[in-house]
Amino acid sequence: MMDKPFNNKAWLMVLPVVLLVAFSAVIPLMTVVNYSVQDTFGNNQFFWAGLEWYAELISSARFQDALVRQFVFTAIILSIEIPLGIFIALHMPKRGIGASISLVLMALPLLIPWNVVGTIWQIFGRVDIGLLGATMDAIGVDYNYTQNIFDAWLTIIVMDVWHWTSLVALLCYAGLQSIPDAYFQAAKIDGASRWAVFRYIELPKMHRVLLIAFLLRFMDSFMIYTEPFVVTGGGPGNSTTLLSLDLVKMAIGQFDLGPAAAFSIIYFLIILLLSWVFYTAMTNYDKGEAK
Amino acid sequence: MAEIHLKNLAHSYLSRPSGPKDYALKKIDHVWEDGKAYALLGPSGCGKSTLLNIISGLLTPSEGQVLFDGEDVSRLPTEQRSIAQVFQFPVVYDTMSVYDNLAFPLRNRGHDEQTVKTRVNDIAEMLELTAELHQKARGLTADAKQKISLGRGLVRHRVAAILFDEPLTVIDPHLKWMLRMQLKALHKKLNRTMIYVTHDQTEALTFADQVVVMYDGDVVQMGTPQDLFERPQHTFVGYFIGSPGMNVLPAHVDGDEAYVEGCTIPLGQGYRGLSGSNVEIGVRPEFARLTNGREGLPVTVKRVEDIGRMKIVRADFFGREVNVTVPDGVPISPDANRIVFDPARVNIYADSWIVNGEAA
Repeated sequence: MMDKPFNNKAWLMVLPVVLLVAFSAVIPLMTVVNYSVQDTFGNNQFFWAGLEWYAELISSARFQDALVRQFVFTAIILSIEIPLGIFIALHMPKRGIGASISLVLMALPLLIPWNVVGTIWQIFGRVDIGLLGATMDAIGVDYNYTQNIFDAWLTIIVMDVWHWTSLVALLCYAGLQSIPDAYFQAAKIDGASRWAVFRYIELPKMHRVLLIAFLLRFMDSFMIYTEPFVVTGGGPGNSTTLLSLDLVKMAIGQFDLGPAAAFSIIYFLIILLLSWVFYTAMTNYDKGEAK
Repeated sequence: MAEIHLKNLAHSYLSRPSGPKDYALKKIDHVWEDGKAYALLGPSGCGKSTLLNIISGLLTPSEGQVLFDGEDVSRLPTEQRSIAQVFQFPVVYDTMSVYDNLAFPLRNRGHDEQTVKTRVNDIAEMLELTAELHQKARGLTADAKQKISLGRGLVRHRVAAILFDEPLTVIDPHLKWMLRMQLKALHKKLNRTMIYVTHDQTEALTFADQVVVMYDGDVVQMGTPQDLFERPQHTFVGYFIGSPGMNVLPAHVDGDEAYVEGCTIPLGQGYRGLSGSNVEIGVRPEFARLTNGREGLPVTVKRVEDIGRMKIVRADFFGREVNVTVPDGVPISPDANRIVFDPARVNIYADSWIVNGEAA
């Protein structure tokens, strides 16, 4: 048997990565963990609180409501953006000048900064001066996102769909473009219907990019802050106060350092856990198919 | 099964072709007999894929017609023609099992499950896929996937022709040979018209009854492998078929003699009226002999390549390369300085096309 050479100095090679990760992720996270287990009454005096903040937060109606709102919001936008993105990708021209034009048009919403998107829709929907709001008002539809809960939700959902469906569409489009022409020709010869082409060629070939699109949209929508903050500010009442809005209110508005830190940790763990669950579920499905 | 008639067929990808240069496929008129194996052979860009796509219906010809058994199908879409096609890269439906892949064309056409089962099992047996029937198609090797693509064509009744578009490109060399033999055996058994596109002469010559050589959008010769070897109709066929290719030398031909660089070459036949055009002689290296006498073309031997069953002698004749093959076991004299051609095997070409002589 050959002796494997061992040299402990090789560990030094990972040092740069360790440092980078430590300063960019581990140390900031640990300071939050530190706050989450302590209580303070000012004067930089801290007292050990253990898991009290966690227990209090999880059982609080305020957190639970925000969490439910968050899940509802994410579920709605995913169930609109994923199918709509696929639908758009299937209908985008595959080559020629039309392909370039549609790509540029699709990319446009993605290039707009979040707070600008929020501002655009905030003004667009205003009943007094906004094009959408004023038009709705003029044709007699009772629409006001600052007072009506349903209208507020509708506005932020439509805004998110407008902003992010492009991402799903572009990813799917890339997946579709990578399918060799021979597949479509073979399907023609086999007499496949349009639906069969989608079900057995396009969908399986898009399935990897769809996984990425799904994960990105899930994580992003779960963390959404700027746009609803600009448009509704979490209102009317608390009706559009999603997790991140609530967290910021708690941490900065009320300066409850301990609970806000516990909130952050729980929030982080939820996203981590769900992403991991989705990822493993989808990759396992992938492996199962290969057998 | 059907006879395929390509009637005055031509195709240009441009909307208003102005000259022969604009045609990807120049005018052809051929009848391809039912049940034979044809190979379309030619370099990349010669129009062979264009022709194949016209037959399969993926492309509508800009001129002329395609007739299957006398019925005009030129404007029929692919799915309404009874053809099958195997592509360069294996096309399988990844998420389906091998069985479902083979059943797919039948199910799409609304056959009942009992028929589907019998047909699929028959074809799987024929292609030796029975063991893999209930596996996912995705995990299989490239050659098994190509067999599935072929199977999806064979499973249908009444397929007029099976088209192959360079089907062995992605197959490992040792499997290539086996798959080709299987195809050949399958052709004998099924007696269906098969059209095989390739740029590999060995593939074409071993597979086909009739080889169709294409060059620059033109069918330059259609014939048996032997015809192509012995009487290439065009100098391109001479170059392209055989290894090394035919020796082609510019010449002046008068009666039954050709003159090249002042040397006289006797011909098996007499030719007249060839003074005006661009005349060349073509001789296969197999029909040339090295000597050191007084007859023949004076040459300098540059090198000898030993390729096992024969040796290739590369010789220089006034700056042109002339090749001679010497069978294994025949000694090559170190002072060989002349090349003699077998007069009966010298072909004469005018403007690259063969000229038939008269008995001298």
